[in-house]
Amino acid sequence: MTALVRSAIVVVLATLVFGFAYPAIMTGFASVAFPGKSTASLVHENGRIVGSRLAAQNFTWPRYFHERPSGTAPAYNAGATTFLNLGPTSPDLAKLVAQNAQAILKLERPYNPGLTIHDIPVDAVTTSGSGIDPDISPAYASLQARRVAAVRHLPLATVQQLIKKATVGRSLGFLGEPGVNVLELNLALDGR
Amino acid sequence: MSGQGIGQLLVYAAALIALGYPLGIWMARVYGRERDGVVERGFYRVLGRKSSEEQDWKAYGKNVLVFSVLFSLVVYGIQRLQGHLFLNPDHLKGVAPHIALNTTASFVTNTNWQYYGGEFTMSYLTQMAGLAVQNFVSAGVGMAVLAAVIRGIARRSAGTLGNFWRDLYRSVVFILLPLSILLAVILISQGVPQTFHAHATATTLQGAHQTIARGPFASQEAIKQLGTNGGGPYNSNSAVPFENPNGLTDFLELLAILLIPAGQVFMFGRMVNARRHAAVVFAAMFAMFAIGVAVNLPSEQHGSQVLRNSGVNIAQGHGQSGGNMADKEVRFGIANTATWTVATSDASNGSVNGGFDAQTPAGGAVPLVNLFLGEVVFGGVGSGLYGMFFYILIAVFIAGLMVGRTPEYLGKKIEAREIKIAALGALFVPTMVLVMAAVAIGTKSGLASVYNHGVHGFTETLYAYDSQGNNNGSAFAGYGATSFSATLGAVAMYFGRFVPLLAALALGGSLAQKKIVPASAGTFRTDGPTFGVLLTGVIVLTAGLMILPALTLGPIVEGLMH
Repeated sequence: MTALVRSAIVVVLATLVFGFAYPAIMTGFASVAFPGKSTASLVHENGRIVGSRLAAQNFTWPRYFHERPSGTAPAYNAGATTFLNLGPTSPDLAKLVAQNAQAILKLERPYNPGLTIHDIPVDAVTTSGSGIDPDISPAYASLQARRVAAVRHLPLATVQQLIKKATVGRSLGFLGEPGVNVLELNLALDGR
Repeated sequence: MSGQGIGQLLVYAAALIALGYPLGIWMARVYGRERDGVVERGFYRVLGRKSSEEQDWKAYGKNVLVFSVLFSLVVYGIQRLQGHLFLNPDHLKGVAPHIALNTTASFVTNTNWQYYGGEFTMSYLTQMAGLAVQNFVSAGVGMAVLAAVIRGIARRSAGTLGNFWRDLYRSVVFILLPLSILLAVILISQGVPQTFHAHATATTLQGAHQTIARGPFASQEAIKQLGTNGGGPYNSNSAVPFENPNGLTDFLELLAILLIPAGQVFMFGRMVNARRHAAVVFAAMFAMFAIGVAVNLPSEQHGSQVLRNSGVNIAQGHGQSGGNMADKEVRFGIANTATWTVATSDASNGSVNGGFDAQTPAGGAVPLVNLFLGEVVFGGVGSGLYGMFFYILIAVFIAGLMVGRTPEYLGKKIEAREIKIAALGALFVPTMVLVMAAVAIGTKSGLASVYNHGVHGFTETLYAYDSQGNNNGSAFAGYGATSFSATLGAVAMYFGRFVPLLAALALGGSLAQKKIVPASAGTFRTDGPTFGVLLTGVIVLTAGLMILPALTLGPIVEGLMH
């Protein structure tokens, strides 16, 4: 009986401290110290939200750099992230990778006639873990550069410059892998 | 594997030891302190007379059980009723009964298996007041029990192991909370959301609408990693950029997975005054961790058969990390995802920064085996080391048989009772896991959960019960929730948690009563490399051989078929 009463008291106390006080105090701190980052790193434009720096969005127009494939429904759903969960020997995976690769070749070849499937980096044809990976590999970005430059009538060097600017290096110079933030790159291309 | 990848691994190992060691000293002091602070005294006064008195192992265990059952009811209730409660800006409905049951078991047992997607199933209230509270409390329970068991080893001719409420209080207030606040502040500064605003809606550059889930998540993310919990607010867990935005957060979250379990080994060495022995145990754990990385990483870098045959470029270098990038994130690449995979499956954490279902057969076999070892390679906070004691005693016993003397451990004679308890503690969960996987693969209701058909589906099934029985929580995430799989999983988690927990307490109680016998020339030394090798061998043989037949049906066949 005493065990039950004591448990009940601790349940209430623990819920108050760890369930309410702790997250509330951290939220208070966040809203003062990091108001933008703590509210999902949204990008605003003319009072409208155009996306988040930390979430991929659907780019299909040739004038934009494209993201990695996404396994969410609909694609790039930042409200319901998911892995694709196809096993390493799955025939569905083989089909999907082949389809993605063909689509890329079809899109890029008019601007890049020598392009073969061996030039496509693996991240371009595989879904990301979250389905909203905001980055593509520098290799996939440079593969798309000719198309974007041609469609926008920009010198290739300018586009490559912008890629460099949108490249997120390793944290502190050595942690993680470099990637190119696609939303930031496309915003820069639009001159925004 | 690149020099860059090896460098990141070495820095990780160095940081783990450099921070784990002082943390161990601190934790030993926290549990050993005689005087209570002012707030702490107030806490015991609220709990009632004699609430901080010493308890024997039975009283200690009874309090753990009553407390866990009561908290289970609360967590279940909040989920079922969340639709009618506050802090639900996205108007989510009550959680379905079988999902709520599974999730309750999952969080109360420090497992954090997730048969739901957090951002579209659980209200902010449920996440905060239901699940995140358990992240602290269930971790604290494991840490408290470890402290009690260690006292049992350290004490001589004693009847008691300490007091559950005191150990729980000190675990959460002096260890988990300060570390969580520190980590949460850093995560917020790097872009992990911490807000009560509802989900945002964006109009994308191409004019489409995009929902962006957010919430008070940095505070949860911090304790999720530190308490070896692993259940994240987003469905794709730490692969989601909002939970894990960059290389720095990945490094820190990865460090947080193993930090406390590693520190507890050093804490143990201080509390029983056998630091060299603790160092040997640490070395054995670290060796098994390193072996896991050495298998998983090259296999993932080599890529899956499907990707190699597809013709696309999977070679590392020239602007990409290459390899098996299916269900992995660019900012982590292969090296960081591999290290995380091994750490999270060693540590009973279960958070993931990439999908397991899509890993290569050899790569995915590593977490499967790691779980099966019973989460003792660092393991869960508290539960890892108290689980390791079972194997240590079996190793000591086998050594005793070999030299033909009554085995001793840290000056105490190990007799039939201790070995029986240790055998129960070490073998119960693997046996249960195999039986449950067999039931799930042999029944229609069980097969309904399989996502990838054929051999890979068997691996998914085995992994599901392996993960839940061992209180890990990571998943081959295609495996689906039915009322059958959710209920069987809940049973696996409760028994997988509390049978070894009570066995460990009983072991502590039994050892506490013993006298110390002085070491003689015939005493088998537990503080040298011989013991480290023996311990590793015992773990691999006991658990490893039990899973080998199942492995041949799953990943091994899959690897050979293609």
